Amino acid sequence: MAQTFKKSFDLQLRVFVPLVLLLGASAALSAIYLFLPSNKDVGYRPEQPVEYSHKLHAGNLGMDCRYCHNTVEKAAHAAVPTTETCMNCHHRVKTNSAKLTLVREGYAKGEAIPWTKVHVLPDYVYFNHQAHVTRGVSCVSCHGRVDQMIKVSQVAPLSMGWCLDCHRNPAPNLRPVEFVTKLDWTPDRPAEEIGREIIAQKGINPPIDCAGCHR
Amino acid sequence: MADIAIKPNTQIDLLNTTIDQPLVAGEPSYHMVTESVCRIVEDKPTKLWFALLAVTSSVMMVLFVMLGYLVATGIGVWGNNIPVAWAWDITNFVWWIGIGHAGTLISAILFLLRQRWRTAINRAAEAMTLFAVACAAIYPVFHTGRPWRAVYWLLPYPNTMQMWLNFRSPLEWDVFAVSTYGTVSLLFWYVGLLPDLATIRDRATGLRKQIYGFFSLGWRGSAHHWKHYELAYMVLAGLSTPLVLSVHSIVSFDFAVSILPGWHTTIFPPYFVAGAVFSGFGMVLTLLIITRKALNIEHLITLKHIDYMCKVMLATSMIVGYSYATEYFIAWYGAVNGEQFAFFNRLTGPFWWATWSMIFCNVVAPLPLWWASVRSNIAVVFVITIFVNIGMWFERFVIISISLHRDFLPSSWDYFRPTYVDVLTYIGSIGLFLTLYLMFIKFVPMIAIAEVKGAIAQDIEKGAHH
Repeated sequence: MAQTFKKSFDLQLRVFVPLVLLLGASAALSAIYLFLPSNKDVGYRPEQPVEYSHKLHAGNLGMDCRYCHNTVEKAAHAAVPTTETCMNCHHRVKTNSAKLTLVREGYAKGEAIPWTKVHVLPDYVYFNHQAHVTRGVSCVSCHGRVDQMIKVSQVAPLSMGWCLDCHRNPAPNLRPVEFVTKLDWTPDRPAEEIGREIIAQKGINPPIDCAGCHR
Repeated sequence: MADIAIKPNTQIDLLNTTIDQPLVAGEPSYHMVTESVCRIVEDKPTKLWFALLAVTSSVMMVLFVMLGYLVATGIGVWGNNIPVAWAWDITNFVWWIGIGHAGTLISAILFLLRQRWRTAINRAAEAMTLFAVACAAIYPVFHTGRPWRAVYWLLPYPNTMQMWLNFRSPLEWDVFAVSTYGTVSLLFWYVGLLPDLATIRDRATGLRKQIYGFFSLGWRGSAHHWKHYELAYMVLAGLSTPLVLSVHSIVSFDFAVSILPGWHTTIFPPYFVAGAVFSGFGMVLTLLIITRKALNIEHLITLKHIDYMCKVMLATSMIVGYSYATEYFIAWYGAVNGEQFAFFNRLTGPFWWATWSMIFCNVVAPLPLWWASVRSNIAVVFVITIFVNIGMWFERFVIISISLHRDFLPSSWDYFRPTYVDVLTYIGSIGLFLTLYLMFIKFVPMIAIAEVKGAIAQDIEKGAHH
């Protein structure tokens, strides 16, 4: 009886099927890798309506983070400053700068500057700045050296696993609360050691159950 | 191939279902078996087939519409709500999984026990297993509300959320039990199909030859092939055998591991397995009684097969009845108020009608099967199998919903009413099941040709064909 397929078809099938499976699997894995928060989200640096330089203000001029983000120790949300806050200085400093046109117009009309949010968490996550900052987690742990950034970009993946890494082992990221906004602070002893002392002293016990962040 | 002549059978009394009656009735020859089975696949589909397909696939579409509506709206469209958080969905899940059990039992356990009568019915029963598992899987997956998110609740894989499964939950054991069961059943079914797909290929021309040729994986029927085939089949039968027992045991853990009165019972695993085999044989009989008549294969699926299946059904019905009695006895003997209340509430509470329907359909209705004359009366057997199908659905409803609607907090006690979405989703899943079954009998040889030929040879050896 004539065969349905040529003899070579058998070999072709044996090569082709595993090859397709292998290619499919590697394509899927590459796609997943590319879309990991550590690849997709880190480095996000949106254009802002006003060319505000954190490097100039927080770095060179040495302003404290809390001068503008003034609710960070008291509220869940770290406030983005109002135009009035900008104008506290800028009604005297660089009053004619073209870069500040939008700030002056906004101040005159009582309108906010439409900043683009850089660090975006999903709506189902409740992050509380106050809980972290008052226990000694520095701004730098999540936001990086903002005092060296002209344009702010995201440096940490902000993924759930990344949060949990610290919640499970907070010691390396804790410092005395007076140094929280001092982004270039370097510990004089091993950071873990300082962290463990702070944990014992304040009774820090970060939640790792679902309801800790998802209410 | 030359037709191998087998001495013609003298008159067979179809009503006389003694053990001496051959497994293949009429004047069987190897060629006749091939013809009878391949004809179903090769002939143009009948008008009846198209008509049935039109009906079942329309019903199947209802399922898809309902599932789409559920995903778009949320699972609030089902009637489930606290305290009855599991209702028709999990009832249907357990019902369908149970129906699948006949297939694995027939194909694996009866194979290992050398019960040759399985040969005529195992292919269809295994196919029903696969379709039933597919229908069953719909319910827990869609009960999650967002099935695409269920991946990280159900499957262990490294992810950026560092989420891991709750391996202490029997619901998680279910995922592995059911998916293993589905996979092994599919492999077992497909391996068993190979020689028969090759038979169809050899008789086909053109594109059909290509398609069946591809799926028969180059089967030539050489002694080598058969040697490997039989070994593989044996190994898969060995793998499937513990699964028959484990799957429904683990499904029963969904309930038994909890502390709810009516669920928290150590008898559940064997009770559920027996119930599953019972309902599985009920559904196999329901479908095969119609199929053998509609496709003119009454000489292959004989009254003897029906007789045997009825006996399995009767035996499992007795086990199920015994389990009901044990549950009530333990509730009384255990002297725990909550437990006693739960069982008293089953018999006399707001859902008394469900409990009594269950007892009637599962314990009383199969009793006539004790009589051989009933077992050979197709019409009566058919009616009994319908009772069994209904009764086993009620059993799961009774266990799940009645136990939940009177939970520990009297202030939350409630009555469960299904919504139209519940009802249509259930009916729709029957449509899906029947559509798949209709496709199966048209495109796949629905009887294991090679194995039935083996049964003929055995009949001759026993002198059943004189």
